[in-house]
Amino acid sequence: MAFGPYLLLAGLEGLVTAAVLALMALGLSLVFGVMRVVNVAHGEFYMLGAVLAWWFASLVSGHPALGFLLALIASPMVVAAIAFAADRLVLRRLNYEPEATIVATIGLLYIIQQLALTFYGPEARPVQPPFDMRLSLPWFGYSAYKLAVIAASACLILATWIMLTRTRAGLLMRATQSDRETAQAFGIPVDRVYAGVFALGAGLAALAAVLIVPIQQAHYLMGQDPLLLSFIVVIIGGLGSLRGTVVAALLIGLSDGIISMFFSPTLAKMLATLLVALVLVFRPQGLFGTAAR
Amino acid sequence: MTSTAKAVSLHLCIIVVLFALNFLLPEYHRGILSRVMVLSVFAMGYNLAFGYAGLLSLGHAMFFAAGLYGAGLTIYHLGWSAWPALAAGLGAGAILALVAGFLALRTRGVAFMIVTLMFAQAFYLATLYFTTYTRGEEGLVLPQSARNLSFPGANLDPTVPATRYMLALALLTVILFLLLFLVRSSFGRALVAVRENEERMRMLGYDVFANKLAALVVSGVICAAAGAAYAILFGYAGAGFASIQYSILPLLWVLLGGAATTLGPIVGTLFMFYAVDVTSSYTNAYMLVVGIALILLVLYFPKGIAGAVRARWLPWLP
Repeated sequence: MAFGPYLLLAGLEGLVTAAVLALMALGLSLVFGVMRVVNVAHGEFYMLGAVLAWWFASLVSGHPALGFLLALIASPMVVAAIAFAADRLVLRRLNYEPEATIVATIGLLYIIQQLALTFYGPEARPVQPPFDMRLSLPWFGYSAYKLAVIAASACLILATWIMLTRTRAGLLMRATQSDRETAQAFGIPVDRVYAGVFALGAGLAALAAVLIVPIQQAHYLMGQDPLLLSFIVVIIGGLGSLRGTVVAALLIGLSDGIISMFFSPTLAKMLATLLVALVLVFRPQGLFGTAAR
Repeated sequence: MTSTAKAVSLHLCIIVVLFALNFLLPEYHRGILSRVMVLSVFAMGYNLAFGYAGLLSLGHAMFFAAGLYGAGLTIYHLGWSAWPALAAGLGAGAILALVAGFLALRTRGVAFMIVTLMFAQAFYLATLYFTTYTRGEEGLVLPQSARNLSFPGANLDPTVPATRYMLALALLTVILFLLLFLVRSSFGRALVAVRENEERMRMLGYDVFANKLAALVVSGVICAAAGAAYAILFGYAGAGFASIQYSILPLLWVLLGGAATTLGPIVGTLFMFYAVDVTSSYTNAYMLVVGIALILLVLYFPKGIAGAVRARWLPWLP
């Protein structure tokens, strides 16, 4: 294959990574922006989404699209419910104090991972894609499902953005984000907003996982790399800024796809991690963030 | 008795008890206890940064691993003997802590946690990347001959369980009394004051950054000492010790035992080791134990065991 098509392939793969990453990082960014909580268990919500997707899909016999559709609806709901419970039972009692919540979400990470290992097992299991079609480009064939993932992710991000800017629920969230105490004084049920945002963030991670699981298999350790990548995205995009998050996801996803096609993935990850740490040190507001706090 | 005399004699008593346990414990538990002592030195180093200076780092595995590899790689590839290798481990820890601290301490709070986490992750990936030298997850098994510690008039072989136990105890004793001295000195008090109110310390004319950096470097060197001792005493250096899990574990041990107490890290490490040991005879779900312990601790016992003892019964406990 010539260099041009090779780069196109790398770019497409990167775009798929970016699409899923953007969705997941959006959840992390929402939780951080509104609640000021660094959710270390976010990757495990993603993993749980994929594992549950496999389970729901295996319940339905017949056309693979039916099972996938069930997974697409049910899995994020279940994960959101679990996150809601975690917020009510643990995070709220800690008063969302940043350091305590990090320790608590680390605990949550271990619990979810172990439960997945115990009940799901160490195997990686695939989910059938809802449709099996290959687009033939002049140089190589490309799975239509992967392109559908990109489109679906774009739609979901747009939907989240509309929800945040055009609906009453979004207004409550933005009010809580900008000033918790004033919002409370105006009668906004801040507690419920927090629980809702935490559930929404986890649900977005689970959605991203359901979309990716026909491409990558579901495995109990699959949450770790995406967690680190979405931290990177959220930091580079500016903590709590949605537009920055999406732009940074594109940047990281594309460069990750392209770099790891040409260099060793370990080296790529190592350099990206160091780079982000340095961004955080020298530009704590992120590359696209404006408000210095 | 003054509180200083009480504190010193309590610490001496604990060392004497640990010394006596060498002769009383069955082989299996003596082995566990040697490991616990080395790892509680790691927890003590972490405690200086987290408990006293209030620096919640999620990257201390890199300091432990720096000591581990500083000693392990020089023994394995350069054929150094144990003492210079130990020094190499300490040096590696000190340099890494100085560089990482200099950069990471420009941030605070959540950003500090994430930056340390990322530095440690980069270090972990580096140990995997240079797998020709480190042999990655599989790790290096150090030859027994190179691990002998030569003293004037004696040559101690850490493969003998009793010798290993005594060497671990010696390390624990040195670090415990060093920390007891440090946290009661003006430096230790300044760290606590920085933790409680950074702005006020700055206004009083203290160099907050320098104090924090010093705390992180001392903490890093102690963790590296634990790592280097681990390599020499147990003869193994693997990338697993650089992974994120080994940044979380000292946090867990310190929280459990009691942050900002000198004895807390030992209590916490011992307790957690036996909790995992006991549960793993029923189930292999030890991560579940760790996870539940973390959540219960932050919810109900934010002060830990030694912290609760201090609050309730022994106000002089350092």
